[in-house]
Amino acid sequence: MRGGNFALGAAGLAAVLALGEAVPRLGLVDEAYFPPTSRIAEALADEAGDFAFWSALGDTLTGWALGLAIAVCAGVVAGVVVSVVPYLREATASTIEFLRPIPSVALIPLAVLLYGTELKSVLLLVVYASFWQVLIQTLYGVQDIDPVAEETARSYGLGTWARVRHVLWPTALPYVMTGVRLAAAVALILAITAELVIGAPGLGQRIAVAQTSQAVPEMYALIVVAGLLGLLINVGARTVERRALAWHQSVRGEVAV
Amino acid sequence: MGRLLTRVFFVVALPVVLVAVWWAATDGSKDPFWPPLRTILDTFPDVWTADRLRTDVVPSLLRLLGGYATAAVVGVALGTVIGSYRGVRAVCEPVLEFLRAVPPPVLVPVIMLFAGIGDTMKIVVIASGCVWPILLNTVEGVRAVDSVMLETARSYGVTGMARLRHLVLRSASPQIFAGLRQALSIGIILMVISEMFAADNGIGFTVVQFQRSFAIPDMWTGILVLGLLGFLLSVVFQLVERRVLGWYHGLRATTRRS
Repeated sequence: MRGGNFALGAAGLAAVLALGEAVPRLGLVDEAYFPPTSRIAEALADEAGDFAFWSALGDTLTGWALGLAIAVCAGVVAGVVVSVVPYLREATASTIEFLRPIPSVALIPLAVLLYGTELKSVLLLVVYASFWQVLIQTLYGVQDIDPVAEETARSYGLGTWARVRHVLWPTALPYVMTGVRLAAAVALILAITAELVIGAPGLGQRIAVAQTSQAVPEMYALIVVAGLLGLLINVGARTVERRALAWHQSVRGEVAV
Repeated sequence: MGRLLTRVFFVVALPVVLVAVWWAATDGSKDPFWPPLRTILDTFPDVWTADRLRTDVVPSLLRLLGGYATAAVVGVALGTVIGSYRGVRAVCEPVLEFLRAVPPPVLVPVIMLFAGIGDTMKIVVIASGCVWPILLNTVEGVRAVDSVMLETARSYGVTGMARLRHLVLRSASPQIFAGLRQALSIGIILMVISEMFAADNGIGFTVVQFQRSFAIPDMWTGILVLGLLGFLLSVVFQLVERRVLGWYHGLRATTRRS
């Protein structure tokens, strides 16, 4: 069954690539706008031989990883503190609901003014956007605690820290991991956006340069790289999630079926 | 009465404190990038006049609405087709996964090639970014339709449009709304970015214009407007969702209680 699906998926992918080759060759769309697959592949190979490309990739990944790490730590800590301290949750609810939907790109002008094209301006956007994903999921997760387990821990005299460690954290972890997975994707979007719009060094900036210099195949090649990067991050996040939750029912159930 | 007051207190307390801190921290600030909150609020009515609302905010919102609506229609339609047929799903899945993984803002330069820099470009950019979460969530939702219900519908002779409307889309709607919610925030991001690239009006354009001309308090008001807009849209979305998914939330609440 899985093998069959894999073959069908590969066929679908091959069909799209072939279509990408045929449509511009047949003149259905202008080759200057939409180069055939082979030209894009060629440009991709050229990029792979270029040191500047790899350093741009490294810059993008640095911004992504650093921003994600900061956002995850801050989101988890804030989420746990807000849930554990009495009344804090009610007091922060309206503020969180208000701040969360603010599009992080609104901060682009501020980032430009404060940090120019430095890494810091990428980080500002990435952290702001991914922080909320982690925070909200952590809050949901803590809310999901089984009251019986909580009461049991209390009646056995576990202190706050022990309850956080043994009751709260295992309950919240699946939600936190979902938050991290969402945040990882958002962080990549914002890292590349910041490079594209602000001009901080990285893949996004190379795309912007390729576009202004009319290097269309290179532009497509870089976009393919951005997509592959996103794909890798998705797959990686899911693997990490499965590893971290190997003990959890939802994952164990999946394996058994 | 007392309980209502406590609730109001909890809702209002922290925002008031935060605004007060902002006010106090920037009051008399000489840092050009962090003007006093007082100055920002004083500038606000001068910048966002009725005229500017008409020339900048309304076009932005119309583009967002156009792109978002297109994405919703296309996403739900394609998602239903892909979700209903196992074979189609197997063929499309890797390609869809890849397309979803492409960060939407990088599509701006590509779509500029095809559609120039007019309104069409912006609507297409917004639609092409928003469509993926809607599509993939619809696929998941349609896939998860209860098979007993499908069989029941078949044996009662419920087919065609009626089956689609009352059974398939209905039971997929919680998932579809999850996708629509994700798409909304992507849509706002793309609206702003497409206007930052090339435009002669719109909120994104105006904010960048202020930043480039070092009209810092004006720029801050723009950030505030974007924040308010994001907040308002998410409130509207919640109201719509509560209406459409009222039956679902009711059902969940009942199962939880029992």
